[in-house]
Amino acid sequence: MLAYTIRRLLYAVPILLGVNLLTFLLFFVVNSPDDMARMQLGAKRVTPEAIQKWKADRGYDQPLLWNGQANGVAKATDTVFFNKSMRMFLGDFGRADDGRDIANEIKQRAMPSLAIAVPTFILGLGVAIAFALLLVFFRASALDFAGVVLCVAMMSISGLFYIIGGQWLVAKMWQWVPISGYATGLTAAKFLVLPVLIGVIAGLGASARWYRTIFLEEISRDYVRTARAKGVSETGVLFGHVLRNAMIPILTGVVVMIPTLFMGSLLTESFFGIPGLGSYTIEAINAQDFSVVRAMVFIGSVLYIVGLLATDISYTLADPRVSLK
Amino acid sequence: MNLLPFQIVVLRSDALLFALLAAVFLLALWARRQAPLRASWARVAANKVAMVSFTILMAFLLIGVLDSLHYRARLAVVSGQAANKPIYAVEVTSLLDALLAPLREHPEKTYSAPLATHLFAKEPLPGTEMRDFPRLAWGGAHLFAAGQGAEDALAAHRGKDVLQRGFLGATGGLLFWLLALFIVQRVNIAGRRNTAQKVGAGDTAQDLNQAIFLTQAAVSTSNQPARNAVSLTLLALCVLTGVAIGLGTGYHVLGTDKVGQDVLYLSLKSIRTGLLIGTLTTLVMLPVAVVLGILAGFLGGWVDDLIQYLYTTLNSIPGVLLIAAAVLMMQVLIDTHPEWFTTAAERADARLLALCLILGMTSWTGLARLLRGETLKLRELEFVQAARAFGVGRLAIMLRHILPNLMHIVLIALVMDFSGLVLAEAVLSYVGVGVDPSTISFGTMINAARMELARDPMVWWSLASAFSFMFILVLAANLFTDAVRDAFDPRAIS
Repeated sequence: MLAYTIRRLLYAVPILLGVNLLTFLLFFVVNSPDDMARMQLGAKRVTPEAIQKWKADRGYDQPLLWNGQANGVAKATDTVFFNKSMRMFLGDFGRADDGRDIANEIKQRAMPSLAIAVPTFILGLGVAIAFALLLVFFRASALDFAGVVLCVAMMSISGLFYIIGGQWLVAKMWQWVPISGYATGLTAAKFLVLPVLIGVIAGLGASARWYRTIFLEEISRDYVRTARAKGVSETGVLFGHVLRNAMIPILTGVVVMIPTLFMGSLLTESFFGIPGLGSYTIEAINAQDFSVVRAMVFIGSVLYIVGLLATDISYTLADPRVSLK
Repeated sequence: MNLLPFQIVVLRSDALLFALLAAVFLLALWARRQAPLRASWARVAANKVAMVSFTILMAFLLIGVLDSLHYRARLAVVSGQAANKPIYAVEVTSLLDALLAPLREHPEKTYSAPLATHLFAKEPLPGTEMRDFPRLAWGGAHLFAAGQGAEDALAAHRGKDVLQRGFLGATGGLLFWLLALFIVQRVNIAGRRNTAQKVGAGDTAQDLNQAIFLTQAAVSTSNQPARNAVSLTLLALCVLTGVAIGLGTGYHVLGTDKVGQDVLYLSLKSIRTGLLIGTLTTLVMLPVAVVLGILAGFLGGWVDDLIQYLYTTLNSIPGVLLIAAAVLMMQVLIDTHPEWFTTAAERADARLLALCLILGMTSWTGLARLLRGETLKLRELEFVQAARAFGVGRLAIMLRHILPNLMHIVLIALVMDFSGLVLAEAVLSYVGVGVDPSTISFGTMINAARMELARDPMVWWSLASAFSFMFILVLAANLFTDAVRDAFDPRAIS
């Protein structure tokens, strides 16, 4: 297992290199640093000196990929690609346009993000599985049909609507929780309840419907019939056999949810004024702060790769037949 | 010299949309001749929910197509100008704009509630010191002018007027529906009589013809519930349109937004943007996913490794960030090259297309992975092995044996992606990496209206209309997809 983990982590290196190269191409080759300087400085202040100064301040005045004038290793290291992209492997993300250190900012903002994403994720998974099991228990009945219709309707509603509607109803009309904001410690709970609730509801339709399909597929298998023949109760069948065996496809699907979770928290954080990574990214996009966007892309892909690895490891926990070599 | 009173403008997105529609039409013609495909589609056609959703989708498509026929109107000749050289308006308008001219050409100053007679914000009244809600320039302007204290009488008058107009509109819609139903029935009866005559006249192939006729009749009776559902949906659409037209002649049916534009007009215009993003993106994604997926699965070896690496890398970047990064870069590119575009409409159009391109380039990975897996399975099947043994070339095998057997997966993936893309547009526009702010879309509508919920009393109608239109479109697409998937799933057929 350890060997497997190490090998998988090594596989991640070329992928991260590819991610870096891709973002580098996007940010520096499609538009030269001169274009970006002109864009950032605005039409009024564009002079050759100003552009030079802008580039020098941000370290964009080096050659892009290959420095012919330097000696030895510096030929490859004194370049924009090395300094801006490769250094991210060492956790050095450079500075944002407002001069703050990006790595430090990320460290501070990770906690609020996790405080929303983790409860949303766990609760969402639990509620969706419970709902799907309920539908499967009453399968081929009017209740099941109504549940499926509800799921399709819920997944047809824009995520923005859940947030805006929830904020309006719970925070503004009923005034149960503050509309937005964040605090540290236990007081954060009252700020977190609504975003977590909305996140769970927004994801319920699609995931419950999908889990229902998985359970239905599992319930028509022979081992289920055998279990019933041996007198196992319906709930026993559902929890003891169907749920256990459906775990593998569910776990596989949960990985697909991790990137969307990131995206969801992007919206949630910015609507609820939570100082997490999502709102940081949105602010950076709106301010066209390329170094922050680049750093977030890198971190996002690292998280995704870690998530893939975690899925594989979770297989061994869910299914004793799976062993990682 | 141009004889038309307008100059036809074909934006690039229009051309692509029409090309896509033509391709779908040709594919449908081809699918009609394939027995298994026809059987699957017949199952879709017999599904009530599917046909109702399909009807609604077609209504949306009709609006989108009307909104894609662009032109520039000829301006009236001003004295002193050479009369033989027509001058066209700078503004590019669509056929839908022309049809909705009453909505478009009667802006108010700012917000007004649906069917309101007064503006939403207080303004100083001319000649007095008081501030009050002024009457709207157009909405309910035909009602009598209310003096001081006559507000109740005005409200009662408006209530009566709204009922009257709504009833007239609904009746008009009903009559239109009845007329259409009558025509369709006449055509059907005539068609059947024609077939029957042919059956009677045939001599050699008479039995065969008879059989075909009987099957057709059987199919049409088994489709009867679905047909009834469709005509009821059409009735609902006709009546709703009638009511909207009836009320629209005197009011802003869904109110007006911050700069006084009619919300109904904005919602209808948003449909084209949503449809374009949902369909053109797949147009970009499809060739990439199909070619790479089949190549990876069929050739294996280093090609497979390379393609797998490519999509794992793309996949590992969170979608919205990759899109954001690409859109930001594209924005800089467009901003630094203003000389590429002659009109603002063209620039907005280019940005819309670029967004589709970016969405397509970031979303092909899922389908490619699916197709790769399926190709791996197909490659080992007997008919492919046989083809290989007979010395059929690899390209020919891929085109003639693998690709046709993947088409159902492609089709289902395409329909499934559509609703996701329509929803994604709104989110992306909110994040600031969506369509051009001047393009009317659900995203820009929501973005503009979302701060207004904080006002007291609330401005809810912009948001409500954008969300409702989007919900109906996506729900119809989702339900239709479900039916298509069920019909094409070999396991579901008992």
